[in-house]
Amino acid sequence: MPEPYSLSAREVSERIRFRELSAEECVASIFQRIREVDDDLHAFVSLSESSALERAREVDRRLREGKNVGRLAGVTVAVKDNICTEGLRTTCSSRMLENFLPLYNATVVERLLREGAIIVGKTNMDEFAMGSSTESSYFGPTRNPWDKSRVPGGSSGGSAVTVAADEAALALGSDTGGSVRCPASFCSVVGLKPTYGLVSRYGLIAYANSLEQIGPLAGDVYDCALLLSVIAGHDVRDGTSVDIRVDDYTKSLGDDLRGLRVGVPKEFFGEGVEEEVAKIVWDGIHNLEELGASYEELSLPTLRYALATYYLIAMSEASSNLARYDGLRYGYSEKALAEDWSKTFSRNRMTGFGPEVRRRIILGTYALSAGYYDRYYLKALQVRTLIKEEFEKTFKGFDVIVGPTMPVLPFKMGEKIDDPLALYMCDILTVPANLVGCPAISIPCGFVHDLPVGMQAVAPFFREELLFRVGFAFEGRLRR
Amino acid sequence: MKNLGEAVIGLETHCQLTSLKSKLFCGCSANYRGRSPNTLVCPVCLGLPGSLPVLNRRAVELAVMVALALKSKIPERSLFFRKNYYYPDMPKNFQISQYDKSGGVPIAVGGSMSFRVDGEERTVEILRVQLEEDPARLLYPGSIDTSPYTLVDYNRAGVALLEIVTKPVLRSPREARLFLQRLRSTLEHLGVSDGGLEGAMRCDANISLAGGKRVEVKNISSFKEVERALEFEITRQRSLLARGKGVAMETRHWDEVKRVTVSLRVKEEEHDYRYFPEPDLVPVVIPRKYVDEVGAAMPELPDARRDRFIDEYGLPLYDAEVLTSEKALADFFEECVRLGGDAKKVSNWMMTDFLRWLREEDLDVADSRVTTQNLVEMIRLVEDGTISGKIGKSVLREMMKTGKSPREIIEAEGLLRIDSEEEISRLVDRVIEEKPKAVQDALTDEKAVNFLIGQLMRLSRGRTDPTLANKVMREKLEALRQRKP
Amino acid sequence: MAMKKASRGLSEEEVEHIAWLARIELSEEEKKLFTQQFNTIIDYFRVIDEADTEGVEPTLHVIDLTNVFREDDVEGSMPTDMALANAPRKERGYFKAPKIV
Repeated sequence: MPEPYSLSAREVSERIRFRELSAEECVASIFQRIREVDDDLHAFVSLSESSALERAREVDRRLREGKNVGRLAGVTVAVKDNICTEGLRTTCSSRMLENFLPLYNATVVERLLREGAIIVGKTNMDEFAMGSSTESSYFGPTRNPWDKSRVPGGSSGGSAVTVAADEAALALGSDTGGSVRCPASFCSVVGLKPTYGLVSRYGLIAYANSLEQIGPLAGDVYDCALLLSVIAGHDVRDGTSVDIRVDDYTKSLGDDLRGLRVGVPKEFFGEGVEEEVAKIVWDGIHNLEELGASYEELSLPTLRYALATYYLIAMSEASSNLARYDGLRYGYSEKALAEDWSKTFSRNRMTGFGPEVRRRIILGTYALSAGYYDRYYLKALQVRTLIKEEFEKTFKGFDVIVGPTMPVLPFKMGEKIDDPLALYMCDILTVPANLVGCPAISIPCGFVHDLPVGMQAVAPFFREELLFRVGFAFEGRLRR
Repeated sequence: MKNLGEAVIGLETHCQLTSLKSKLFCGCSANYRGRSPNTLVCPVCLGLPGSLPVLNRRAVELAVMVALALKSKIPERSLFFRKNYYYPDMPKNFQISQYDKSGGVPIAVGGSMSFRVDGEERTVEILRVQLEEDPARLLYPGSIDTSPYTLVDYNRAGVALLEIVTKPVLRSPREARLFLQRLRSTLEHLGVSDGGLEGAMRCDANISLAGGKRVEVKNISSFKEVERALEFEITRQRSLLARGKGVAMETRHWDEVKRVTVSLRVKEEEHDYRYFPEPDLVPVVIPRKYVDEVGAAMPELPDARRDRFIDEYGLPLYDAEVLTSEKALADFFEECVRLGGDAKKVSNWMMTDFLRWLREEDLDVADSRVTTQNLVEMIRLVEDGTISGKIGKSVLREMMKTGKSPREIIEAEGLLRIDSEEEISRLVDRVIEEKPKAVQDALTDEKAVNFLIGQLMRLSRGRTDPTLANKVMREKLEALRQRKP
Repeated sequence: MAMKKASRGLSEEEVEHIAWLARIELSEEEKKLFTQQFNTIIDYFRVIDEADTEGVEPTLHVIDLTNVFREDDVEGSMPTDMALANAPRKERGYFKAPKIV
């Protein structure tokens, strides 16, 4: 019998429901595993062992009494540290929020708890979600379990690693420009960015509001679909959440992809994409073909503007979203007060924020400032329209668009950290989906030099079930 | 075109939508006055990480009503923008507001408001009407420039404001004050805002004189202060210009205690608010049909009410204007008429003693304790002769002070009119006894007769019926004259 | 790297001013480093100049939602001590900020 910690969410939940395993032993097993590996991997910022065990015992009690337990009863979930958990430290991996205790639970957390999930802790990330490697965390980087000298991707690096290293059955991350898909690709797990508006952002500490979504990470497609089914759906507290009926995404999984029309943009395989990565993803596309799908190459010329467009919008929004961190109501504040409020705020922010965060805030301020607004921010919003229209046109002739998730293999720690632009370039394949708002998934596609490569599929608005279908069938085939 | 020294004034008024129960973007109560600090807050109005705003539907409805009353144009699609600046009263260090450039669309554009100044009708053009959230309240132990720290209370943060901006077409401080009074009356008649509540209507003014730059004056707490602040500015600017010095473009702070404006020395660059569309709030679409529905259900506006007072109650224009200058005043009047009071008489009493006394004591109608019932009754008592008109005035004053009914007051102080000849006769005898010299004079001099009657009035504390008093006095004097050899 | 037309770029003074607008104090070294990095990054961003956006509406929201409201109902607020729980400085129920002038 395999260790409880290595079981998938589906398996854990079934075994617990059939009383083959107790929730308590599953959770205990997870914490044992965390103790074994996390000193090395550093995926977690905070752990909540005693409350997790207590909740697990509660699940067992309810089962004994024949009461209803939720769809995720006894299943362990790791939550990215930019998602508010009441009473549990939420830091965004920043000194600015090092001791911040949220006064409420994010809507997604409430939904998890309602379904009996067991939150084991908060995961490490790039500071305020700004990064693609989890190297900018104030608490130190997280390591890639496949090669500990390499980055796990980011900004939801910690979440991806917990799933990859069996430190939790499921994890929640956030994806603003690829922050769920990138670490999913680098750690060989499944990660999805939902359609904008599908999952409530209430309680997600904002980096770039018009681009980001909370997304599920899991060891396989079924688990990912299960987690999405629990967290998705309208929330009155989020004015940008869509009032749409949420299905059980696990129901749409099947083995063949007959009739599926796959589009392959040549720009997804263009300059900047490593040859070995391209090759293995092409192998993946041929596998889709063998599953019954048909593919065709196409061109999306507006993609050359996507990265710049993304960063201009993201940084502008971030500069405003992070303005609230001045140390007055919460957050880092220096011991000594400066001569007036303005100086005091400036000092707190200088010390509380790391360099990448400060860079993006300043650049975003610049892009919105008088004289530059039209040229940078407004122009970026217009280019965004062009990209969106191009995708919409493409989806008239194709069901999904496919390519690599990342242009490169997981790189070494420290390799790109001194060159901000080089780091930004890692996002070229993931940002389009955020700009357009459509859903995108990263599924493990194989290994090169023993390093994971992910394949990305992008679908039209609210067609997550297409992505899960593709992922599930592909996964099955790879296993064989 | 401006003459030398003629002032050009614009007003930017922030009106709280005090009839809303909750704040603009969250469910906290908007009723913050008198509450302990930081008791009406939540993650949204505190700007806690991860919180999101959701728009109050009724705020939009109220804004549309105001826009209709101001005859503004209501665009079909309206957006919220962020106004980014740092200050301790800003929970998010940006204010969710609206904007009329960079693709922004406020809830209403253009419009005008008419009001009377010295019998002349003036029309002031409105630039825009927009919804925005109120910042928090700051307290300084001591004064703003000496206080070593600042205390912040976020109860007010997030309360709904309507910003109403005029074109710079007001011509005098007095006109500015009258405009604001009219605006307040309009908002009260609409049931949108109670302008009498402390801090419910705040105003920034900008003023320029020919030859000088535009100066903005902030921190004005009442309409009276608006007039004072602007008068001060005109004097200050005129004196600078007269001495050949320039008037700099700047923001000044009105010090209510010292009665001067003070330069805030604010860096001009700080006004880069970096407006951009609020990503967390989707657009508001206001179809024509909805606007028409709101319009049809709107309460009566001051102008319409004034016209109705003229038609229905036969009041002259001036009286109708005065009575409808404040909603509470107009309501009081109509209630009196409804209770059976004669419109013209009620109007007379209200426009003279009632209003005069309110102004003297600097009170609002709501603060005086006289009830409509009492006023109507008092008027009736004067009309049917139970008390004299003069007594009526003092009874009114007493009613306003104590809230007692006319009957109570009359009985307590024995103020009934004296109209029995017998009693008057006795009083006349007393006067004659007390003032022998005047009596002598009165036999030949008419003026002395009036003096004696005056004495009689004084003795009877005004209760004597004047006609009878006159008759009896003259009869007695005649009798005396007859007795003389 | 393709030759881009010569651009003025950001100066250290401008960076200092923008940092002031953002209320972030910068050390001298960081000001230098950031200025350099910003210019590289902004240079890259200028690729969007090549996009033809004549008559193109900006995308403010990617979803087609409008008129999302809440009703004017009062919901419970949080207790004061909760509101102040994360505040570094407080006094008698107030948040305490440094002086204004």
